[in-house]
Amino acid sequence: MPGYSDPGFDTLALHAGAAPDPSTGARAVPIHLTTSFVFESSDQAAALFNLERAGHVYSRISNPTNAVLEQRIAALEGGIGAIATASGQAALHLAITTLMGAGSHIVASSALYGGSHNLLHYTLSRFGIETTFVKPGDLQAWRAAVKPNTKLFFGETVGNPGMYVLDLPAVSQIAHAVGVPLLVDATLTSPWLMKPFDHGADLIVHSATKFLSGHGTVIGGLVVDGGSFDWSGPHTQGKFEELTKAYEGFHNMVFDEESTVGAFLLRARREGLRDFGACMSPHTAWLILQGIETLPLRMARHVSNTEKIVRFLATHPMVSRVGHPMLERHPSHELAQKLLPRGAGSVFSFDIQGTRQQGQAFIEALQVFSHLANVGDCRSLVIHPASTTHFRVDDETLKASGIGPGTVRLSIGLEDPEDLIDDLKRALKAAEKSGNKSGGVA
Amino acid sequence: MIYTVQGAPLFAYTGGKSFDPQKPTAVFIHGVLNDHSVWILQTRYFANHGWNVLAIDLPGHGKSGGKAPGSVQEAAQAIIGLLDAVGVSKAVLIGHSFGSLIALQATADNPTRVNQLAMVGTAYPMRVSAILLESSLNDPQKAIQMVNVFSHSTLAPPPSALGPGTWLLGGSKALMRRVLASNPDENIFHIGFKACDQYDQGEIAISKVICPILFVLGSKDQMTHPKAAQGLIKLARAGKVVYVNGGHQLMVEAPDETLNALYSFCKIS
Repeated sequence: MPGYSDPGFDTLALHAGAAPDPSTGARAVPIHLTTSFVFESSDQAAALFNLERAGHVYSRISNPTNAVLEQRIAALEGGIGAIATASGQAALHLAITTLMGAGSHIVASSALYGGSHNLLHYTLSRFGIETTFVKPGDLQAWRAAVKPNTKLFFGETVGNPGMYVLDLPAVSQIAHAVGVPLLVDATLTSPWLMKPFDHGADLIVHSATKFLSGHGTVIGGLVVDGGSFDWSGPHTQGKFEELTKAYEGFHNMVFDEESTVGAFLLRARREGLRDFGACMSPHTAWLILQGIETLPLRMARHVSNTEKIVRFLATHPMVSRVGHPMLERHPSHELAQKLLPRGAGSVFSFDIQGTRQQGQAFIEALQVFSHLANVGDCRSLVIHPASTTHFRVDDETLKASGIGPGTVRLSIGLEDPEDLIDDLKRALKAAEKSGNKSGGVA
Repeated sequence: MIYTVQGAPLFAYTGGKSFDPQKPTAVFIHGVLNDHSVWILQTRYFANHGWNVLAIDLPGHGKSGGKAPGSVQEAAQAIIGLLDAVGVSKAVLIGHSFGSLIALQATADNPTRVNQLAMVGTAYPMRVSAILLESSLNDPQKAIQMVNVFSHSTLAPPPSALGPGTWLLGGSKALMRRVLASNPDENIFHIGFKACDQYDQGEIAISKVICPILFVLGSKDQMTHPKAAQGLIKLARAGKVVYVNGGHQLMVEAPDETLNALYSFCKIS
């Protein structure tokens, strides 16, 4: 370590996990596009397989490029380690299946990305894992939803796209009181805006596709362990046998005996990656690392651009609502001030006054904003959630997530803010004109 | 595995193997505010290569009950108590930092019961700075922060314990927080540091050791600088020194080099 205190965020974003390559001197992280790694001897091979030595065997389980990314995100989040996965969805799946099987139960926020909702509500229930959804701000509902077989609390740091901030300290306290860990999806905040482990979360998943990668080029996910949850702790009542009992599938290993703080990651890699196989390509890991190196600079610009655009929209006559916690009328404003002092992110929604057709006219008139299904790109993006990301969600659930039929979601990029505001002005004018033609409300 | 030692439960990790009286036994002793898991890779290797492994949680730490030892001498008695409880007449003792002094004292007190002694990341005297002693007492979280910065030598370790994807600095801090929380009755952080700082029997102890001694030192160790071990090394009757490219937490930062040093020493002695 170079100094006398912990390295700062910006230093870690560039250096954590990476040193000049010892064999070539390459300063940037090399892309190790290889499936396998040659063993030095039969004894070393056996030792690698049996967790007696640290190293790489096969890139589905681990890879040197991926390992740099895993260390880096763990460093930025203040965790103990991480696992890179093929997508954010794969990360969520890996986290859940490491902890439970059929007959288990999850309590989750209702304000979730549509894909996460699908996984929990439709897909995992087919495999015997049930989920009860609760309004993220209703603490009593979190408490009341707990069952004897509950093994996980799950929510998003900032719910997509209503921007409801999860009260991490309060929800984690409820979870821990019943011996359950809190997993959060921190995709929309990234560790630059919030470090969930500091507020009580135990596990984090990211869709690294978004702000971490930042350039809209690759799909990837990350699971990070804070090493804080005691899987055999006093309130757990033996419910995490996956980590506290011998696992026949891997040398009869009792994971929480092998590693006091790393049991979750041990099993997730040795079972989840090995058997489900949703690993990340080293090339993808390299691109995400490139993104992370400028994460602090990009996030600062995302936030400052967003603040300007929110202010513009909040005073525009065609806009009936802007759902960003920086505004005092947003239900999460106070919580955001406390948990997200650097800003509550650059993905938010707003409602255009008028009909669905006017909303459509607005989106089609935009020239700088790209109409597509993604967020967290360096370019500004726009989408209509009710007909796209959340199209399988019924109206009532949609409403609970803070989404109306005319809601438009923006992901503010890094362009000149004046150009973004001009683009929005032009599109809002088009929406107004469309209303005049069709007799809609303007 | 839980053994009863000095009337209290003492946890010893065995590498997942049952005790075999035909095999030699190695006892692994951790440092201040650590537990058995810092030896995960080395102990699994030993356990799968012909050894009985007893990687303990010191009394009052982690999964072990009882009162935390207030001195190196007191802790040394627990080690011998463990050998008695298991029924082992002779063993290899391997200790890290605080644990290295405990291993030394246990060997000095019972020279015929120890085949080999390995002192990893050691120093004598093992002085603890006034600011660390004070912080460990009054602001343990701050002290954990400080200790971990001093204990690691790099932001980019090679594959380390627990393996690829592990962020060592975070792992070591999380472990210390967990071990500290494991004993709400005593501040085992401060007790451990005080025991290191006050230990003044090193020179006498090493003069009583008759078995081979291995010193495994981190060339970049800022907590127990290699220079601070030279006094003991000079006094060792049959001492061997191996320098490993790493900081104080050698077992996790440079697990292979540390294992190679320990295993070849135990094999050839």
